[in-house]
Amino acid sequence: MLPKKQTVHTSTKGKKQPAVASLTKGILISLALLFLGFFILMPLIIVFMEAFQKGIELYFLSLTEPDAVSAIKLTLLTAAISVPLNTLFGVVAAWAIAKFEFKGKNILITLIDIPFAVSPVIAGLVFVLLFGSQGVLGPFLEAYDVKIIFAVPGIVLATIFITFPFVVRELIPIMQEQGSEEEEAALSLGANGWQMFFRVTFPNIKWGLLYGVILCNARAMGEFGAVSVVSGHIRGLTNTLPLHVEILYNEYNFTAAFAVASLLALLALVTLVIKSFVEWRTRKAHC
Amino acid sequence: MNQAAKKRLLPGFGLSMGFTMVYLSLIVLIPIAVLFLKAATLSLSDFWQILTDDRVIASFKVTFSSSLIAALVNTVAGTLIAWVLVRYDFCGKRVVDAFVDLPFALPTAVAGIALTAIYAPNGWIGQFFEPFGIKIAFTQIGILIALIFIGLPFVVRSVQPVLQDFDSQYEEAAATLGANSLQIFIKVILPAITPALLTGFALAFARALGEYGSVVFISGNMPMKTEIVPLLIITKLEQFDYAGAAAIATVMLIISFSLLFIINFWQWKQARKHQSVRGV
Repeated sequence: MLPKKQTVHTSTKGKKQPAVASLTKGILISLALLFLGFFILMPLIIVFMEAFQKGIELYFLSLTEPDAVSAIKLTLLTAAISVPLNTLFGVVAAWAIAKFEFKGKNILITLIDIPFAVSPVIAGLVFVLLFGSQGVLGPFLEAYDVKIIFAVPGIVLATIFITFPFVVRELIPIMQEQGSEEEEAALSLGANGWQMFFRVTFPNIKWGLLYGVILCNARAMGEFGAVSVVSGHIRGLTNTLPLHVEILYNEYNFTAAFAVASLLALLALVTLVIKSFVEWRTRKAHC
Repeated sequence: MNQAAKKRLLPGFGLSMGFTMVYLSLIVLIPIAVLFLKAATLSLSDFWQILTDDRVIASFKVTFSSSLIAALVNTVAGTLIAWVLVRYDFCGKRVVDAFVDLPFALPTAVAGIALTAIYAPNGWIGQFFEPFGIKIAFTQIGILIALIFIGLPFVVRSVQPVLQDFDSQYEEAAATLGANSLQIFIKVILPAITPALLTGFALAFARALGEYGSVVFISGNMPMKTEIVPLLIITKLEQFDYAGAAAIATVMLIISFSLLFIINFWQWKQARKHQSVRGV
């Protein structure tokens, strides 16, 4: 690992044409930073600028009014249901896929990827077609007075669908790389299945698991398109944070819209920090 | 044979596989199947009529052309950014690297209103174009900008690991043979990263096709001009035209599935190539 890095250094800082090389380096770095500045950094900055434009008092007022509070609660509830379910699925499915050989494995992985490929709007649409009043199960649900579409269960279902692959896709390569020798050793030493999992498998995958869970959580709290289709936008009842941002924005209440948006931007920043931390941990573990 | 028998020593295959299949079916496969069934209730001529409606065709054109251009821009910019992050050292590099993932982490609705605020005629950047009669927000350029934002990390994260693993001895060999930097890049490095570039391009393109949240705010949503396909599906739903929505969604799904299949096949092939090289 180390000698390879040294050769990279000598080649980039080669003796030939050092002036030209450093000029190219300067130009390329500037171009990359300029692009990132315009497309990535500026949107982030403007969210906070607009949110605090009319003072800190109005900012907190926008976050504490009843509709905003109920949107925060619903968003937390949605994530609290969908993230644990998809985490459980992720661990179980990754176990089956990474530790065993079977036919059709690549097909199974592709099927698991479907929610990544499907437009969020279509993800919402399928649940409307399934549970909506004109849907396949619509008459049945109506008979028992169960509401899924334009209600909280629909929002949760759509979110589970959208965030379905995050954890499992993160875990499969990690578990595959680990192989199964350690687990087999644990078993031969007399551990039962659960002991093997919690003492051997889990410590090996915990950072990857955390990585998948925070990405899953960020998407669950921030999902807009799919939730928008199934929610019905009932203020105070079926409004998640992103939907609340949309309503405020469409009412030209920009300051409040950006104030609520800044909460979600903060969530994104926290996600990035944890993500970088996990990446740093795993790199250290590899060295 | 031996390998397979050995792997079965571990417990829980039946249970984990069973749970995986049940959960996958309930959450993903059955709901998707319902969409296809709904579309199948349409006669072929009805299906055709829905899809050849002027407004539908216009929205497909807007969506596909914007997604294609945005993915191409991202392929170039993403390669540049990956190159800078892998090959150069500069202060704040770790932070820049982390920020590349912002579009993955930032909710699309937030990105949408932020980009609109920047590129609206009175916005930070929009105001400089307004005197020249150039509108960015509420035109197709606005859609493009949102799609570039959303797709950028896909290319960077596809190309970055390949560049990192790339053995510099080939570049050194080319340099000793008298190639200049540009020649080295085009003839030595580009062929090596092409599969990753294609994957990144396809991922960015696929994501752009279905993108909704970041686009609806900045696009202006004018039928025939800046209406994207996902928005048209929602419009049909709001008019209780479930069959129409299902028909358009089916076409989009088939395209997305084809892209997904191609991308996974590429990655699977690349991984196998990688393994066989490492095995030797």
